[in-house]
Amino acid sequence: MSNEASPPISTPTTIAPRLAWRVRMAAYGPPALLVIGLLLFWEAVVWYWAIPVWLLPPPSRIVATLLDSLPTLTGHTLSTLTVTIPGFALALVVGFSLGVALDASPLLRRAIYPLLVTSQTVPIVAIAPLLVVGFGFGLFPKVLVVALVTFFPIVVNTIDGLQSADRDQRRLLEAMGASYWQLLRLLRLRAALPAIFTGIKVAITYSVIGAVLAEWIGASAGLGVYIARSLRAFRTDQVFVAALVTSLLTIALFTLVSLLERWIVFWKGER
Amino acid sequence: MATLELRSISKTFSTATGSVPVLDRLNMRIANGEFVAVIGPSGSGKTTLFNIIAGLELPDTGAVLIDEVEVTGQRGQVAYMPQRDALLPWLSVIENAVLATVVQGGDVSAARREARALLADFGLEGWGDVRPALLSGGMRQRAAFLRTVLWHRPIMLLDEPFGALDALTRAQLQQWLLGLWDRLDRTVVLVTHDIDEAIILADRIYVLTARPARIALEVPVELPRPRSYTLVTDPAFARLKRQLQQVLVDGSGQS
Ligand SMILES: Nc1ncnc2c1ncn2[C@@H]1O[C@H](COP(=O)(O)OP(=O)(O)OP(=O)(O)O)[C@@H](O)[C@H]1O
Ligand SMILES: [Mg+2]
Repeated sequence: MSNEASPPISTPTTIAPRLAWRVRMAAYGPPALLVIGLLLFWEAVVWYWAIPVWLLPPPSRIVATLLDSLPTLTGHTLSTLTVTIPGFALALVVGFSLGVALDASPLLRRAIYPLLVTSQTVPIVAIAPLLVVGFGFGLFPKVLVVALVTFFPIVVNTIDGLQSADRDQRRLLEAMGASYWQLLRLLRLRAALPAIFTGIKVAITYSVIGAVLAEWIGASAGLGVYIARSLRAFRTDQVFVAALVTSLLTIALFTLVSLLERWIVFWKGER
Repeated sequence: MATLELRSISKTFSTATGSVPVLDRLNMRIANGEFVAVIGPSGSGKTTLFNIIAGLELPDTGAVLIDEVEVTGQRGQVAYMPQRDALLPWLSVIENAVLATVVQGGDVSAARREARALLADFGLEGWGDVRPALLSGGMRQRAAFLRTVLWHRPIMLLDEPFGALDALTRAQLQQWLLGLWDRLDRTVVLVTHDIDEAIILADRIYVLTARPARIALEVPVELPRPRSYTLVTDPAFARLKRQLQQVLVDGSGQS
């Protein structure tokens, strides 16, 4: 990972670019070929059995629909993001603070941890309508749904991460006379970062789906609304497009988090 | 200035499988500026003893005194170099070295300047802003030692500082420590497995028995300073080494 440690690879030579290309082909080639093969197969199946578009649209039709509805989709996507981002931010702040608090107090942990686990066993489709009933059709209940489906992995991984600090490093700081807060600031939060990022990566993959679900239940715009309308109009091709956009959005957010991780947890993988 | 005294220190750990007596009424007295080595079989309780002196662990009985003042259970009184280097991987060598000053709220930029000035002496010139992952084993130990020196305590505890290194690197670092030692003016307690190391470095040696540790032998090392590695061929060295080996084997054979 470190650029200081691996100068030979980044040194440009005549062979290096070709080698890099070949390495990349070896990594991305097989999955890309598989996806292309599957798409061709799908197209052929639809064409061969003359499957109606409302039942299973072929990939070519989905692409055409995507291009046609780009302006509408952009609006809905932005609307979904205005639910996803605040919801996820809320989950991050609450989840992290709760994780630190539960780590600090065993009593609190014993009292709240079972509640947290239970909260994750209640189906969100049952809670979401109640939230809409309780808080109205504004942004807040939808943000809350996203926060509810994403905060759990952040709490759990924060608690685990804080416990994971190296014992010798901890004892060293204690021997220096470090207080609880110094130990937290100088060692334990740093050591917890890799685990916290794992939690964030799990959470971010739920976040867009959570937002779409919330919009489906009650909203006037967003990918969830777009899907609900398309289903009612038997526009299966539009449903596929919305699914595609949802997953692309998730992948984009995941990639963003991974880049942030590499930047913030710069020492990981150095040893 | 800084004498360290242990009075009748005992420690028993209780575990799921029963109680493990580790230290049995240990008495030690280390004079100001003295370099004392503690040798003992593996698992005899040397690290536990250091943890008690550093205040990380409380003894069941007994007291730790520095300059005749009881400090049992107090932290931050002595500089401690743990068995593994415990360098923080996200900090540079300099930032690791000034950690004690950061924790104790001292003048960190002055400590940084001091650390930088000492880099050459510690064989780390040009490596100050590099993170520990890029250092060799010997350099990591020297960085950890620099951190211990910059802790600015008159008493230093070194727990097998060269234990994880190959023989050649270890010999080089011992030689280096001998050179540095005269200028540092600190009281040092060194834990080691290595009899040669103890004789070459120390003014006095305590040999511990196997668990529960008692003092099996206490001998002064009457070899002239400045010392060097050529000492190993000295007849006095050989005599002392044989005596220590004898006690170590007997002591661990008993229990
Ligand atoms: N917190 C603890 N709880 C229970 N047993 C412990 C604890 N700490 C140490 N021990 C036991 O006490 C004994 C002495 O351990 P210690 O680490 O002090 O030995 P040591 O002399 O430093 O060994 P080594 O030379 O291998 O480093 C060991 O048997 C160890 O299992
Ligand atoms: Mg030990």
